[in-house]
Parts: sequence; C-alpha cells; structure tokens
Amino acid sequence: MHPWHSAGSRVDKAIVEALHRHAFRYGDDGGPVVARGRSSTIGVSWGLGSTVSSPWGACCVATEFLMGNEAIALGAIAAGVGVVTGYPGTPSSEILPTVAQRNPGRVHVEWSTNEKVALEVAAGAAYAGARTLVTMKQVGLNVASDPLMSLAYVGVKGGMVIVVADDPGPISSQTEQDTRTFGLFSKLPVFDPASPEEAYAMIGDAFALSERYGTPVLFRPTTRVCHGNAPVEVGDLSAPPAPDGFVKDPKWVIFPRLAYQSHLRIEQRLPQIAEEFSDYRFNAVSGSGRIGIATQGISSAYVAEALAALGDAVPEHRLLRVATPHPFPRRLALEFLEGLDQVLVVEELDPVIERELLRLAGECHLPVTVLGKGTGHVQQAGENGVDSVTRALAGFLGLEVAPAADCSASAGEGAEPPVRPPVLCAGCPHRASFLAVKEAMRKRKAVFGGDIGCYTLGNAKPLDMVDTCLCMGASVTVAQGLHVVEPDAVHFAFIGDSTFFHTGIPGVINAVYNQTPIVLVVLDNSTTAMTGLQPHPGTGETMMGAVAQQIDIATVLRGLGVKHVESCDPLNHDAAKAAVLRAVEATAEGVSALIFEAPCIHVASSGPRYVVNEDACKCQLCITRLGCPAISRVDGKMRIDDDLCYGCDLCAQMCPFDAIERVEPTEGRA
Amino acid sequence: MSMQTNIIIAGVGGQGTVLASKLVARAAMDAGLRVRTSETIGMAQRGGSVVSHVRVSDAPIASPLMAPGMADVLIGFEPGEAVRSLAFLRPGGTVVTNAQPVAPVAISPASAAYSGQAMLERLDGCGARLAVIDGASICAEIGSLKVLNVALLGAAAGLGALGFSLDQFETAIRESVRERFVDMNIRALHAGARSASA
Ligand code: SF4
Ligand code: SF4
Repeated sequence: MHPWHSAGSRVDKAIVEALHRHAFRYGDDGGPVVARGRSSTIGVSWGLGSTVSSPWGACCVATEFLMGNEAIALGAIAAGVGVVTGYPGTPSSEILPTVAQRNPGRVHVEWSTNEKVALEVAAGAAYAGARTLVTMKQVGLNVASDPLMSLAYVGVKGGMVIVVADDPGPISSQTEQDTRTFGLFSKLPVFDPASPEEAYAMIGDAFALSERYGTPVLFRPTTRVCHGNAPVEVGDLSAPPAPDGFVKDPKWVIFPRLAYQSHLRIEQRLPQIAEEFSDYRFNAVSGSGRIGIATQGISSAYVAEALAALGDAVPEHRLLRVATPHPFPRRLALEFLEGLDQVLVVEELDPVIERELLRLAGECHLPVTVLGKGTGHVQQAGENGVDSVTRALAGFLGLEVAPAADCSASAGEGAEPPVRPPVLCAGCPHRASFLAVKEAMRKRKAVFGGDIGCYTLGNAKPLDMVDTCLCMGASVTVAQGLHVVEPDAVHFAFIGDSTFFHTGIPGVINAVYNQTPIVLVVLDNSTTAMTGLQPHPGTGETMMGAVAQQIDIATVLRGLGVKHVESCDPLNHDAAKAAVLRAVEATAEGVSALIFEAPCIHVASSGPRYVVNEDACKCQLCITRLGCPAISRVDGKMRIDDDLCYGCDLCAQMCPFDAIERVEPTEGRA
Repeated sequence: MSMQTNIIIAGVGGQGTVLASKLVARAAMDAGLRVRTSETIGMAQRGGSVVSHVRVSDAPIASPLMAPGMADVLIGFEPGEAVRSLAFLRPGGTVVTNAQPVAPVAISPASAAYSGQAMLERLDGCGARLAVIDGASICAEIGSLKVLNVALLGAAAGLGALGFSLDQFETAIRESVRERFVDMNIRALHAGARSASA
C-alpha cells in the first residue's frame, strides 16, 4: 500500500495515534485536547475544558455543519459581538452575511464601502465599549492599514477582532501576502486557526484578549479553513449585552506625545502577551527526541496526515504547533527547541515561525539547524498540501516515499480534459460593454485599464479587453499616469459599481482636478458579483434589511465635476457603440464618463431563448468576437446551449447573417 | 475496525456540486460519523473547474483536502472533470460520472472540439469501477436541471460506494433541502440509483 492511501485500518490507526500523540484537536469529541496541562503563570483563564469561551453562554446548544467562515460568524455572535463591518473579498465573504442571517437582533451588521471605512466604523463602536468584528481579505488589510496602524496605538475599549483571510495559492487574489507578517509590522496579536471548529472557539479567546489588553487583534484564517466544513458545537447565540457607551477621554485623540507613550506601552505588553501565549490552549509542544517539526494552521493537518502516512518509519520527534504567531510564544518555543538538532518548519506564505525560531536559536546560542522555506526544504510560494508536506517531511526524515498509486496513470494517454479558465457568464452584461468599446475603438489607439471584479475576466480571449489590473480602484488612476506619458492614445478605465464606491471616487476627483482626460466606464450591474452578490451603496439595500437611499453614480460623477456623463444599456449594441464614441469625443473637454447599466444575470431574470439557423450560419463571428459560454461549435456549425443561454440578445445583434433567431420560452426554466 | 470514505466531487462552476457534498455530510452526521469537507469558492465558480473534497470517518480526520490516490469514490458532474480529478482516486475505486460534457468556451473557430466520448473512454480504462449516468435524461424525467447533483449521488449510493443507504440520503434531503424541492430531489435520488444499477 502506498503511503497516502488511508482507507486501510493500519493507516487509520496511525492517524488517530498521531493525532493523539500530538494532542491536536481535530474535531475530537469533548473539549479541546490541546491543553498545555498546567495553569497559566499570570492567572489568566483560557477557558480550558469548555468548548465555548463566550461569557454569555458556555453550553453547546447544537451541533451544526458549518463552513469555517460561518463558524467564525457564529463564534463572534456567541462571544457577544455588537457591531460587525467589512468589505467582501474571497475567501472572507461569507462571514458577514452569516452574522446578518443569524443576527439575534442587536448586532449592527454592515457592508462598508471599503475596508478602511469598515475598520474605522468598528473602531468608533469599540471606543464606546461594543465588541466589534471586522472582516476582509488579505489585500483588504492594505486598504485598512492606515487606521490599523494608528488604532494599534490608540487602542480599544470593547474587544475588536479583525478577521483577515489569507489566500495561499493564491486561488482568488492578487498577492500571497501573509497577515501574520502584518501582525508583526502593526505590533498586534495574531490568532491563526487550523479548522472551523477551532476558529469558532478561538474567536471568543480573541475577544477576551483584545479587551484584557485594550488592543485590536488580528484573526487570520486561510482559504482551507474559511471554505472547509465540519460539524461545530454552537453555543448560545442570544443577544449581546448593551455596551456602556462612549466616555470622553484624551486617550482617544492621537498626538505625537501620546503616540510615543503608546509605543512604549505596546513594546512593554508584547512580551507579556507572548508569555501568556506560551500557555494558550491551541499552542502545543508534544513528543520527544532530537528532531522537531514546527507547524501552524491548516499545515498542521497536513503534517498529521503525512506523519500517519509515513507510519512506523517516522523516528521519534517533537512537534510544535503555533496558533498565535505574534507575539511569538517564546517560552513554549524554547521548550521545544531545547535539545533539538534539527527542525523542519512547515508553514504557508511567509516563513514567520521559521524566522522566529532562527532568532531564538541565535539569541540563546542553541545548536539547532532550522530548515524550511529559507533552505528550500519547503516550497516558497503556493499552497501546501498533504502530498507536498509528506514529500518535505520524508526528505527531512530521510525516508523513502513511493509515489502514490492512483487512477490517472492507468487511464492511459489520450485526449486531455479541456482547459477551463473562469469566464464571464453567458449573458453577462460586461461582455456587451467590453464589446461596444472594442468595436468603437477598432481603428483607434486605446489602452483598456481594468479593475478588480468579475469584469477582470474581460481579459480572456476573444474579448481581450483588460490591459492593466493592479488593485481596487487603480483602473482610474493608472489610466491617468498612462495618459500623461502617452497622450495620443485614448485611455479607458473600466470599473465596477462596487469598486467605484470602494476606492474609485478619489481617482476620479484627481482626474478632474488635474485635467487628465480619461474615459471612465462604470460597469454598473447593481451588485458585487464576484464575491457572491453583496449589496453596496448603489443598490438601495443594507445588511440590516432596511431600504436605504440609493446613491446614484451619475449624480456622484456630475457632483465631482465630470462634464460628460451618459448612462446607457450595453446590451443595445449600436446605441452603446455610439455612446462610447460620444464619450471619447467629450475628452476634449476633460474627463468623460459612460455608465453601462445592466444587472448581473444573477440578480435579474432571464429573457427569451435563442437558436442558430444552421442554413444561414456562415461566419463564426459569434465565437471569434463574443466568447459566450452558451455558444459552441458542433460539427462546424454554431450551437446555442439552451440551458446556459440567458437570452441577452447580444449574439443576435452581432450576427451579420441574421442566423441567430429568438424563440419565446415554451415553459418556465428550472 | 474503522471505516473511512473519501469522496471527490468534480464539476464545472455552477453545476451544484456543493449541495452534493452537503448531503453526504448530513448523512454522515446523522449516522454519528465525523466529516470534513472542502469547497472551491471564488473565481472558479464562474465556469471554471470546481472540486469538493468530502471525508467521512469514524475516527478523527485531520486534513480536509486529500492527496493523490486517497479517494475511494470520484463523482464527476462532467466526464472531462472526472478525468481531471482521476489522480485523487485510489486504484480500484469507483467513478460515477454524468455522461454529458460541458463544452468549454469556444474562442476561435479553430478551438479544438471537445469530445465527452474520449473522456469516457479514458475513464473506462482507468481500472476503477465505472458507472456512466445519463444525467440529461434523468433531469428531463424529473423536470429540472438542478437535480443532476442528487441523481449522481443516488447513483453512487445505489452502488453502495458511499457507505450510506438511499434511505439515509432521503432523510438527509428532507433535512437539508427546502420543502417544496424535497420530492423532486428524492425522485432524482432514486432515478440515479436505478440508472446506476441498470
Ligand atoms: S456573476 Fe454577474 S457580473 Fe459576474 S460574470 Fe456572471 S453575469 Fe457577469
Ligand atoms: S443570447 Fe447569445 S450571447 Fe446572450 S447568452 Fe444567449 S447565446 Fe449568449
């Protein structure tokens, strides 16, 4: 039997043993098993032995099958959160809607316009004593870093947990940045959960720590924790207690003098927190021997699987699991390092634990070699997995691993499955918008600046309409820089509605003020589509259900001084093309704006169906220009997939031979 | 004696793979077993390849993700996606796949035609037990395109590959699906099971 195969009883037993030997808590019954087995030196209770650390109800009410993000949300409610803010971003997006859905009534939940705004709203609430939760993805923290850095100095009264979801891979992100490193930079404590059930329990710990030290804390799950699912024991979710309210005090006003004092206070408390973390229930050292393995988060699950797969051949070893990477649990780590010859550090993203262990070894003159990303023993970029970790461990331990036997080899050679990059949906209005601009600019020199959202997928062929993409809001500003250097080209900035509100507006003001004549194209589809259809200021809905005033993008643009502002339906191809030409003309007067208004197909209902009249079909233009997933070529003729076609009419308008015909739906669609 | 069933569910974003893994999880919880799953959520949901890992066991499960060769069952919502995930399947495992291919987006007249048949042939030769399900006819029979997931689950359960009976899945469906869709899904479950044994 090859080492990965775990269906057999021997390996099963090995997994169980490995889990127990190292006392990790993987959905085991009862309370957390990662007890350090001694009381904290500074008398702080981490709620050992209870599954729920909420002060308002420590009993398990029900076992629910939860996604990690849902577990975080319910953990926060159980811990008495009063205010939840955030901005959607994969893999964090499901946390906030879950709070809204399970709102016991007194929790204020809002999608804020961006992460900086979210963090600041939460800061105000925390000043007034409410427990607050802020949710975002890792690059969102870059946007929120301004208030974050200062808030670390000012501090909070009500507990504040900032959930920042990291995305090793990356699977749906523009960077592989590590929020643990941000914790080091901002000097804030960081929690790093390894599973949904652990995330649920840890959120309560994070709130308690935040309040004890009056500091915001970072809570950093990764994709596999966010989007992993497991049964979780959920406690009492009744309404949180009302906070005391805001008490005026000079400490809420940051000044250089205060900042100096705060900086000193932070430096003094970090070693205290590190000391406390050395006894934290989810940090653990186990085993014995002269070689060690250090790990964190989801990688600790891969390590457990790998050790079980390598089985009896694994020599005696010590294991360190770090659930609080900052401030580093120094005493615990020293206990781990003492007497070791070699350590392999298995972690994702930055070598955070590796650096800390190296530093400790140097500081304490320990004769131990630390291996990991820095030495090429663990991959430097991308996601870990059971197989990559097993290989790394086998290499480290000097064991042979037979490559896993699986069914791919026996399937033999032959046709490969088709490449399937993500694409704009059939009927997506963005396709029509891109096409209108592309056709209108066919003979002109033009650069198409893209932004973050579904419409980034407009880069795919045959549209090929995204020349740049940097970060949220940058379509508007990068276009200005390009124009300054290359004024003879038309510079377009494509930005979605939610992104426009997020960070697009300051860029527009900049263009108007500095008289840089770009063409702003707002793709207004009435939702935040990519991350799962969240409402935003332009949609007239909030997470509290109330109907809010809708913020009209055209009015905003006119108010900012954009003289040419036109709205049109991109699905009317000829009219849309004409509107593009008018917007380009208008750049003679400065910034011009075109708002393509058509809802995402997921927030609207579908139209009629379309079929290809094979006798009339000649040119294949619908394939070479549109790239609609509903259209394929079967035996040299075009065919429209009835199940996928949304009825947007674009292909019918494009077809020069009128070969695409509209048919009324015969029955309701599933 | 411990039991463990590892299932890979592979499809194209939008095909409803997530409900299938939820139903297995529900059945596992009802049976007092442990379960861990992992989903593909994000950009790939827009027509990209999506894979769910579902792990059921009576002992603690560490990793939500499997390594190559660890899966006992591979459920393909589309033959090409089943082929793509074959590396997860252990020799002698079970493949249950929908017969109908989902064509990738055609971007040029020259884009290679994609043949579901070629994929089924590769599956046939892979050394696993194979059940090819005519998902389109089942959906037509039930009257909804949304039941492909439950039909495939029914097929795998009917073959005894999942460790849960059709009755257990019926209960799971009643517990997880909105009331007005329950009947339709239960019919699909049995239609799937019938077609696998046919
Ligand atoms: S989800 Fe909406 S906005 Fe995104 S690609 Fe599909 S139709 Fe377009
Ligand atoms: S009408 Fe044409 S372009 Fe629109 S979704 Fe249907 S096939 Fe695609």
